Amino acid sequence: MNTAAAWTPDQPMVSIKDVHKSFGELEVLKGVSMDIMKGECVCIIGPSGSGKSTLIRCVNALNDIQAGSITVEGQEVNDPNLDKLALRKKVGMVFQQYNLFPHKTALENIMMAPIHVLKQDKTEVEARAHRLIKKVRLSGKESNYPGELSGGQQQRVAIARSLAMNPDVMLFDEVTAALDPETVKEVLVTIRELAEEGMTCILVTHEMGFAREVANHIYFTDRGIIVEHGPPATFFTDASDPRTQEFLSQIL
Amino acid sequence: MSRRQASLQRPTTDLPVLIAPSAGSTGRTAGRDSGCGAPPRLAYWHGFLLLAALLLSAGVAEAQSEPGRAGILETMIKWTPLLFEGFLFNILISFMAMAIGTVAGGFLGIWQISLLPSVRRGSWLVTQFFRNAPWLVLLFFCMFLLPFQIEIFGLVVPLPDWLKATFGLALPVMANVSEIVRGAIQSLPSGQWESAESLAFTRRQTLWMIILPQCVKRMLPPWMNLYAILTMATVLASVVGVSEVMTLTGEVLSAEGGRTDLLVPFYSYILVWFFIYCYPIARWTVYLERRFAVNA
Amino acid sequence: MEQVASWFLWLYQETGINLPIVYDSFDRKRFAEGFLTTVWLSLVCLVFSVVIGIVGAWLQGSRLVWTRRLVQGYIQFFRNTPPLVQMYFFFFALGNLLPTVENEFGFQQPMLGNFAWAAISLSFFAGAFNVEIFRSGIEAVPKATVEAAEALGYNRLQAYLHVVLPLAFRVCLPALNNNLVNLVKTTTLAYAIAVPELLYVSNQVWSDNVNVPEMMTILLFIYVGLVGILVWAMNRWERAMKVPGYGA
Repeated sequence: MNTAAAWTPDQPMVSIKDVHKSFGELEVLKGVSMDIMKGECVCIIGPSGSGKSTLIRCVNALNDIQAGSITVEGQEVNDPNLDKLALRKKVGMVFQQYNLFPHKTALENIMMAPIHVLKQDKTEVEARAHRLIKKVRLSGKESNYPGELSGGQQQRVAIARSLAMNPDVMLFDEVTAALDPETVKEVLVTIRELAEEGMTCILVTHEMGFAREVANHIYFTDRGIIVEHGPPATFFTDASDPRTQEFLSQIL
Repeated sequence: MSRRQASLQRPTTDLPVLIAPSAGSTGRTAGRDSGCGAPPRLAYWHGFLLLAALLLSAGVAEAQSEPGRAGILETMIKWTPLLFEGFLFNILISFMAMAIGTVAGGFLGIWQISLLPSVRRGSWLVTQFFRNAPWLVLLFFCMFLLPFQIEIFGLVVPLPDWLKATFGLALPVMANVSEIVRGAIQSLPSGQWESAESLAFTRRQTLWMIILPQCVKRMLPPWMNLYAILTMATVLASVVGVSEVMTLTGEVLSAEGGRTDLLVPFYSYILVWFFIYCYPIARWTVYLERRFAVNA
Repeated sequence: MEQVASWFLWLYQETGINLPIVYDSFDRKRFAEGFLTTVWLSLVCLVFSVVIGIVGAWLQGSRLVWTRRLVQGYIQFFRNTPPLVQMYFFFFALGNLLPTVENEFGFQQPMLGNFAWAAISLSFFAGAFNVEIFRSGIEAVPKATVEAAEALGYNRLQAYLHVVLPLAFRVCLPALNNNLVNLVKTTTLAYAIAVPELLYVSNQVWSDNVNVPEMMTILLFIYVGLVGILVWAMNRWERAMKVPGYGA
C-alpha cells in the first residue's frame, strides 16, 4: 500500500518518468525522464526557458504536473493526496533570489522551520543552527538581518536554512544567477562540500566549470525535452547533438 | 455526505489571502488577475442599485404604514426639492472652502520650504497644528471666535454663520494642502533645482516656472481626495446650526411629526446623495494616480 | 493642588481668563471625565476598526464573488459618505429599529446607548479604510517569500502566521497609523449624538461659564497634544518594527 516503505537505497532516490507540464497553452515539459541515485550530484543545464527550473520545482511539488510520475524515495509526488509535509522534509530547496524571511535574523531564519514545522525542541534546533552557520562560514553573522548581508551571504543562509530540515535531497534553482561574480565562488564552495559529503543534489545552473567539476551526471534540456546527457568527462567533449554543441560553444 | 467529500479533497484552507501566494497549481497563478486576488470593480451603477434598493425599501415600508398618513415615498418626493437645495448649499460651501484653503495652503506649503528658518518653522508649526486638530473643533473655533460682522475701511461686512463655517472648514483644508504642496515639491529630484540654478534662474523663477508646473500632476490626486473629504465634512456645519442638508433633514423630520418610520429612508437618502457625488471623484482620483504613476 | 486652584481663581479675577476646569471641582470633574471618554472611545474604535479591517481583508480574498462585492460595497460606501450622516443613520435610524429594554428603574431604554452607537459607527467608518490598508499590505508580501516557506514544509496557515502577517503588518503600519490618527480626530463627531466626550463637555462648560475663547484654546491644544502623542508613539513603534535593509 505505502510505496514509500518499499523503497531501498539501491533504487533511484529521485525518479522522474515522462513528465509533462504546461502553463495554460504553453507546454514547458514534454516528457522528461531521469533517475538520480543516492549521493549523486546531477546538474541540469540548458538555455533559459527550456523548463529546467520548472522541472525541479515539480520535484518539490511547488508546481504540479499534468502527466508522468515523480517519486522521491518511492513517494509519488504527482498524487492529489500527497503528504506535502513528508515530501518537503525529504527535499530541501534553495532559490535564485534566496527568499529569506526579511523580518528574521540569519539564525532565526535557520531555526524557524524546524521549530514551527517539525515542532522540534528549541535548544536542540539552536545548537544545530549554530553548527550550520559555521558550516556555511558565516560565524559572527548570526544576528544580522538578511538586508544586512551580501547576496552570497544570504544565499549561504538559505542553504543552511534548507539543511536545518535534514533533507535527503537538495534542489538548487540557479542559486548563483543573481549573485555578484565575486560572491559566486563562496556559494559554490559550500555546495561542493555538500556534494562531497554525499548529499544528493540536483542543480540547475549556468556554471559550466562547476558542473564539470562536481556533477556525476549532466543533463542538457532544450524546449522541454532532454536533448543529451552523460557524465561530465564525455558530455563536454563528445556532445553529438547540434543544439548541445551550439549551446556549449556559446557558453564556454 | 458532504463532510466526507470534503475530507477526500486535498487539505486546503479557506483563508483567502493565502490562496494567491500558493504555487500549488498553475491554473491559479494564471487566473490571478481575474480571480481571487483582485477586488471586484464597483461600477457607478452600484450607486443607482443602492438608490433602487432604498426606494424599494421605502415602498415596502410604505405598504406597511398605517392608513391616514402620507406614504414614505410621497413624503420623500415632497421634500426632495428643499433637501436638494440644502445639498447644493453643501456643495457651495465645499467649493468656497476648497478655494480659500487651496490658496492659503499653497502659500503655506511654499513657505515650508523657504530658505528663511523662521518662515519655514512658523509655517510648519501652523500646518501641523491645523492638520492635527479635529475638523469639528476648528469649526466651533471659527463659529464662536469670529465676529458676526467686520469693518473694512468703515464698511461693515456681515459675516453670516455659513461663511464662518466655510472659514472653519477652510482651515484644515489649508493645512492639508500645505502638506500636499510641500510633499510634491520635495518629491522632485534635486537635479531640477540644480540644473535651473546652473541656467541662472533665480529661486523664485525656478519655483514658479520649473518646479511647481511639474508638481501639479503629483498634487492633483491627493488634492481631489481632500476635496471629497471636505465635501463629506460640510455636514459638520449642521452641528453649528448652518441650514445645510443635514439641518434641513432634521427639520423635515420634525415637521413630519417625528415619525420614526421616516428615519431610515431619509438618512439613507442623504447618504446616497453624498455617495453619488463623492464616489466618482474617488474613482477618478484612483484613475489619475494610476496614470501618473505609469507616466512618472 | 489647592494653591494651583486659587492661583487660577486669582488669574480669573485679575485678567478675566476664566478656567473653571482647574479651580472648580464640578467642572474639573466633568472635563476630566470628558477627556477619559474621548480616550476610551478612541481606544474602543481603534480595536474594533482593526478587527473589522482584518476580517474584511480576509473576506475580500474569498472565492465567492458576492462576498467580495459586498465587502467592496461596504468599503466604498463608508469611504464616500459623510461619517456624521453615518452616525446619525446608526443612532437615529437603526437605533430606532432595535427593541427597547427595561432598565433597573423599570423604565424603557434603548438597547444600545449613545456611546455604543458612536463606537459602532466610527469603527465601521475607520474599518472601511483599514480593510484596504491590510489588503494592500498582504499583497505587498512577495510571492517568492511565501513559496520559500512552502518549500520548507509550512502549510498555508503556518506560512500566513509566521511569514505573511509579520511582513504585511510592517508594510501597513504607516498607513494604519495615519488612519488611526484620523479616527481619534473623528471621535469629536460623537458630540452630535450627545456622547459626553471632550468637545461635548467643553460645550457644557462654556455654556455655563461663558468662557468660549479659553475653552476653545484649551480644547485645540488638548487635541493637538493627544494626536501629537499618538503620532509620536506610532512613529517610535514604526521605527522599532523596522527590519534592517527591508523596505524604504
